[in-house]
Amino acid sequence: MTDLATTNILVAGIGGQGVMTAAEILAQTALAQGYDVKKTEVAGMAQRGGVVTSHVRFGEKVNSPAIPDGEADLIIGFEPAESARWLEQLKPGGVMLVNQNIQVPPIVNIGLFDYPDDPVASIVERGVEVHAFNATKIAQKIGNIRLVNTVMLGASSTHLPFSADILKEAIMARFRARKPKLVGINEQAFLAGQEAAAAS
Amino acid sequence: MDQSISAASDEAISNRAFMSGNEAVARGAYDAGCKVAAAYPGTPSTEILEYTSQYKDMYSEWSVNEKVSLEVAIGASLAGSRAFCAMKHVGLNVASDALMTQTLVGVKGGLVIAVADDVGLSSSQNEQDSRFWGRFAHIPVLEPADSQETYDMVKYAFDLSEQFNTPVLLRMTTRVCHVKSVITSGNRVNKESLGFVKEQTRLVMTPANAKHRIPFMHQREATMRDFSNSECPLNTITPGTDTRIGYVTSGPAFLHVSESFPDAPVFKMGLSFPLPTEKIREFAATVDQLVVVEEIEPLVETELKAAGIKVIGKDILPLQGELAPNILRPAIAELLGEPIPQDLPEKRSGISVEVALPSLADDLFPRPPTMCVACPHLGIYYTLSKVKNTIISGDIGCYTLGSGHPWNAMDTCICMGASMGVALGLDKGRAPSDDNKSILAVIGDSTFMHMGMQGLLDITYNKGNVTILLLDNRAVGMTGGQENPGTGHNIHGEETQRIDFPKLCEALGVNPERIHQVNPYEMPTLFKAIRKEVKINEPSVIITNQPCVLVDYYKNKPSFEVIDDKCTGCTNCLDVGCPAIMVTRRETVTKPNGSTKELAFVRIESAVCTGCDLCPKTCGPDAILPIEGFTRD
Ligand SMILES: Cc1ncc(C[n+]2csc(CCOP(=O)(O)OP(=O)(O)O)c2C)c(N)n1
Ligand code: SF4
Ligand code: SF4
Ligand code: SF4
Repeated sequence: MTDLATTNILVAGIGGQGVMTAAEILAQTALAQGYDVKKTEVAGMAQRGGVVTSHVRFGEKVNSPAIPDGEADLIIGFEPAESARWLEQLKPGGVMLVNQNIQVPPIVNIGLFDYPDDPVASIVERGVEVHAFNATKIAQKIGNIRLVNTVMLGASSTHLPFSADILKEAIMARFRARKPKLVGINEQAFLAGQEAAAAS
Repeated sequence: MDQSISAASDEAISNRAFMSGNEAVARGAYDAGCKVAAAYPGTPSTEILEYTSQYKDMYSEWSVNEKVSLEVAIGASLAGSRAFCAMKHVGLNVASDALMTQTLVGVKGGLVIAVADDVGLSSSQNEQDSRFWGRFAHIPVLEPADSQETYDMVKYAFDLSEQFNTPVLLRMTTRVCHVKSVITSGNRVNKESLGFVKEQTRLVMTPANAKHRIPFMHQREATMRDFSNSECPLNTITPGTDTRIGYVTSGPAFLHVSESFPDAPVFKMGLSFPLPTEKIREFAATVDQLVVVEEIEPLVETELKAAGIKVIGKDILPLQGELAPNILRPAIAELLGEPIPQDLPEKRSGISVEVALPSLADDLFPRPPTMCVACPHLGIYYTLSKVKNTIISGDIGCYTLGSGHPWNAMDTCICMGASMGVALGLDKGRAPSDDNKSILAVIGDSTFMHMGMQGLLDITYNKGNVTILLLDNRAVGMTGGQENPGTGHNIHGEETQRIDFPKLCEALGVNPERIHQVNPYEMPTLFKAIRKEVKINEPSVIITNQPCVLVDYYKNKPSFEVIDDKCTGCTNCLDVGCPAIMVTRRETVTKPNGSTKELAFVRIESAVCTGCDLCPKTCGPDAILPIEGFTRD
């Protein structure tokens, strides 16, 4: 265990995007490091297409499973507007990672609401450390849109209280056990995410 | 009885598992030697039975509704086995008829009912406090805060049930069911079934027999109250140095209190009914003021006040939603006469207001849940939105989303099965001004079998003029696609008899000529069927018959694309409501008569379009075509 203070990570996106899986991998990795961990899940189909968040908290002892307002150390946003939606949850000095791939909901398509011009700009304006990049395009380039998750985790890996390699190894182990064929491209995706976050 | 409720957490770290509260209940029931588990799905409790069904040496079933699930558990208990059922909060309303009399009978094998309150209404039609049932039915209520406690308490609940001869209620909330935390579990104990023993005076609840059970029930409650006040290991005090306020709390609210006020003394009720009033009275004497932090209703607060203990509760805390730190901290600061955190330079936990990040959420569009791409309900609601002069009595399921945009094709929704009776009432109570209106009811397959069938019988028996759309999508879509008697498979996916809906409706009194099966993707056929049936003064049932896209056997076809040159921007396809259809650009045109029209040109997200061929049917200029040579990765 490297750090005793509670680390709070908010993973935000849309139902069906893999928010839960990313949160689960972070939680499992922290668990393997010996931390006490709590993670909220939004289960069931009720949130399909709707706003989804998962709170991952780890430290020596975690009480409330919900991250108190304004105490998230890291927000991993799977979509630009869904990242902006949770800005208030971020601790001053916290870091925000954003997948720039926009997902327009039906409610905007049918003309009832507008999608903001540039959600990320409104976050940057507040002086927040933001790393925004198109994780979906990166995943597509590597060959599978489902790699978005690993790209985002790669991006997060240098903002955690444990080393990036620990997270990387946890992901690789998961794939070695379940889908060994996908180990190679996931490693690629992880490193690409790391690079994209560093470069943005 | 196991007196060391949390001792498990001290065990070897290698035995640790990371489990949700739902998985922990299942594991706890299994380890307690439970033989029979039954449930009807419902958020946030659904996954409990999905987990129990993975244990091979324990019987699990999806019941058709919660009342049946409790009755199955009661039967198993009377057979002498440990038995369990799980439901969401509103499920216990349905099951309550059985509960209110079973409390007189008591149990043979331990009987535990897990009930999950959707505190904060993440996915329910109301927010209600199941702790009331403990008072109403005179049965104990246990309230775990996290997965370890859930696991320990469910095992303990079986012991309590047998010790006191009572059904036991395990009250969970969304924050317990859907939070994963670290737990250490043990192994399954083997509980031999005691066998059924005939005992009519106790098991046959006629007035004469029931009368004699009432004193037993009250005596049992009195004994349990003594227990709650004495050796019960679940009611504990966490000492604290800041004695200005002592907290009385239970369930996940305990965790929020510990997070918010780490130095305060806290009385935690694991067994919150019968209330450990005397223990709390002693605790009250050690602090300046007592604050009750309970989620939803002021039950404990009212009972403590009645016992003459001075407490503060709902005067400063809300009557709905989670009592998370962002609610607790300012309320307590105000009570103590301290500056309220929000107004301080030191906002929240040490964050100053000058640097705290603002909310951008208020300026953003909302993102409510949507129906899936290609959902069979889309064509139904597109069609319903085009039928004029209707009153549509709705029901609960994915199809409740039809009340929203772009369809606006549902006018009422209360509880499962209500679409039937409400439609009949709308018909019988109609005003002369509504004489030209057609009354329709929309109900899903699972909802129909849960509570809708009796309503249909009432419609046919009383000659209602209602046109019913029975949406048979071969799944309980809303909760994740579980099996039901309409799918022909049981909880393990094994084949069983599949209910025949046309025959069922006929048996319930619908004229066979008024029963139709329609493919909901064939919108013109559906439209004609509805138009025809609403004109006939007789109950009709239109059964749609295409599966939810979540079922394993759902087949994708090549995706469609929009040929940009052909698209006129008419927006018809957007009225289908398929989330795969995206607007690329908007234009405002002025017609010759001077009026303006908003055009929206579209494209289809080919990666998610399943090729269901629904939206092309709304496109006049045939601009939506299958992608030639399309392959999926
Ligand atoms: C008494 C009660 N039990 C359970 C629920 C949760 N619930 C709401 S709708 C539903 C099932 C819907 O299935 P179906 O009628 O087949 O419609 P679908 O979602 O498949 O369209 C469930 C389980 C509830 N709201 N009330
Ligand atoms: S889960 Fe099934 S029924 Fe529900 S919206 Fe999706 S496709 Fe439709
Ligand atoms: S219905 Fe056809 S023409 Fe109209 S917007 Fe859709 S694709 Fe374009
Ligand atoms: S064909 Fe049209 S309605 Fe069907 S999935 Fe594709 S975009 Fe959606």
